[in-house]
Amino acid sequence: MKNFTRRDFIKLVGSAAAVSAVGFPAIAAAGGKKKVVVIGGGSGGATAAKYILRADPSIEVTLIEPNKHYYTCFFSNEVIGGDRKLDSLKFSYDGLSRRGVKVVHDTATGIDAAARKVTISSGQSFSYDRCIVAPGISFRDDIKGYDMAAAETMPHAWKAGAQTSLLRSQLEAMPDGGMVLIAAPPNPFRCPPGPYERACQMAYYLKNHKPKSKILILDKKDKFSKQGLFTQAWERHYPGMIEWVKASDTNGGVTRVDAKAGTVSTEFDTHKPAVTNIIPAQKAGEIAITAGLTNESGWCPIDGKTFESTIHKGIHVIGDAAIQAPLPKSGYAANSEAKVAAAAVVDLVNGREPGEPSWVNTCYSIVAPNDGISVAMVYNLVDGKIAKVKGAGGLTPADSSPGDRQREYEYAHSWFNNVTQDIFG
Amino acid sequence: MLRIQTYTLALGGCLLLGSTQLAAAPSATMLADTCAGCHGVDGVSMGPATPNIAGISEIYFTDSMAAFKSGDRYSTVMQRIAKGYTDEEIKLMASFFAKQPVPKTVQRTDPAKVALGERLHKDNCHKCHDEDGALADDDAGILASQWLSYLNHSMEDFKSGRREMTKKMKKKVDKLTDEEISALNHFYSSRLSSGSGL
Repeated sequence: MKNFTRRDFIKLVGSAAAVSAVGFPAIAAAGGKKKVVVIGGGSGGATAAKYILRADPSIEVTLIEPNKHYYTCFFSNEVIGGDRKLDSLKFSYDGLSRRGVKVVHDTATGIDAAARKVTISSGQSFSYDRCIVAPGISFRDDIKGYDMAAAETMPHAWKAGAQTSLLRSQLEAMPDGGMVLIAAPPNPFRCPPGPYERACQMAYYLKNHKPKSKILILDKKDKFSKQGLFTQAWERHYPGMIEWVKASDTNGGVTRVDAKAGTVSTEFDTHKPAVTNIIPAQKAGEIAITAGLTNESGWCPIDGKTFESTIHKGIHVIGDAAIQAPLPKSGYAANSEAKVAAAAVVDLVNGREPGEPSWVNTCYSIVAPNDGISVAMVYNLVDGKIAKVKGAGGLTPADSSPGDRQREYEYAHSWFNNVTQDIFG
Repeated sequence: MLRIQTYTLALGGCLLLGSTQLAAAPSATMLADTCAGCHGVDGVSMGPATPNIAGISEIYFTDSMAAFKSGDRYSTVMQRIAKGYTDEEIKLMASFFAKQPVPKTVQRTDPAKVALGERLHKDNCHKCHDEDGALADDDAGILASQWLSYLNHSMEDFKSGRREMTKKMKKKVDKLTDEEISALNHFYSSRLSSGSGL
């Protein structure tokens, strides 16, 4: 008994309480480190890994992420507009390593939910008490002719990095008077205001360098996030430059591309743009599908309180891959969900019932230098479901002053600095 | 007050007792962690515009949130966010941030303005904003090492009347020129910092 610490005592008592309170046949027991494996090192996964150790440094946390660096999708539209360098979006995992997260740069290839084991492409496997899956998105084949090869000439730029640079360089190379076409995806998708902020950032560049050019957005939706505010901003800064075509006007938006010929087609017409940005329809990231965590929607159903999969116990899915509505698929929401899931995982591995969750989200969009708009919301749990807090949140007012929007622009950049520190610092 | 006392007791005892009785409200940490995206980890902002909220007094925090909720205090996004939290939740957050140390930031400030600001601070502000604005007593916000852009915005709001000043503050501020206010802002944001100077 000489090594029987106070912590062990708490674990034992806690786990005993948990059997009755939670009804989960935990685990616990004194001795043996609790293990959590986190798959995916984006906003959700990296935050979760960090916050688990913040709450309980005794847990062994392994983060599995193929890339040595992460490029944030948020603010990558400023790279396309030219006001930001791609390197400013680049973050390493050194901060997490220093905190004690075991970072493994490899791809997770399978999760055995029954054996509680994650396998990576090298063949190595990691056992866990709880697993957090944060793989982001993958693309659906909803546009004929659009594949990985086509993405080399018609970038999606919906995962930041080389794709972002490619789209930027295509804008720089195009002639004045050319047309840029954005194919916007159907709901639900990563970063709902993203395509429309992107149109702003592209127009900002074109207005100053190629003012005869036009931007055509062919949407797969009939309405979009912050639509009134974006429409105002397009008029305010880029009158006549941006045309948005709703899905019902083309019977569903872009259906086909020919990457070699450089053409983009709807059911009704074919375009030959100077620059084509195809943002395909989306589903959960690959490992979530491989591990059987998705349902017929292509996304992962979860319990609102803990983000534990309702398909496989012991696995929590956070970020874009989860069915988290009314929370949006945003980097900030993923960060917020990660904190809720991390707290729940720490409670569960220690045999405690998870506490009440709380979430927040603010999505800023930079419509021009010194001009920012936002949508914000606070969320809580009502009858076991994630809900918007009544009376809270909402949009930048339509009659906001330039001074207000100057401040939102500054707060947007402050958010970038703070949330990236929160995720990777 | 009964509810709060019960809650505090439960927080202290939840490890041993299990926590089914806590279903009413998220923990202080859970709530405070939602602020980090904009105000930084534990309320230490990386700037350049969202303020540090680490170390601010409980009264200042709850007064500010109440004023955001009612619309009495002007904001861009904070009115929308503040309405998402109950008074009890706000008290929990206030207790969390009041316990954090006042942060030190490194900012570019103008030495001439800092010098003028220091004189003006001694003549006008130090009674309420003690320790060069680092003392978080009562309803005084933390000014020392606060982000310059935030101080500029705040004084702009006080001057324009869209944020209310106490009578004693208004008496002082009404006599100050824009240059003098700017100097005070530079002075406060340079405090605690080791790396100030242009």
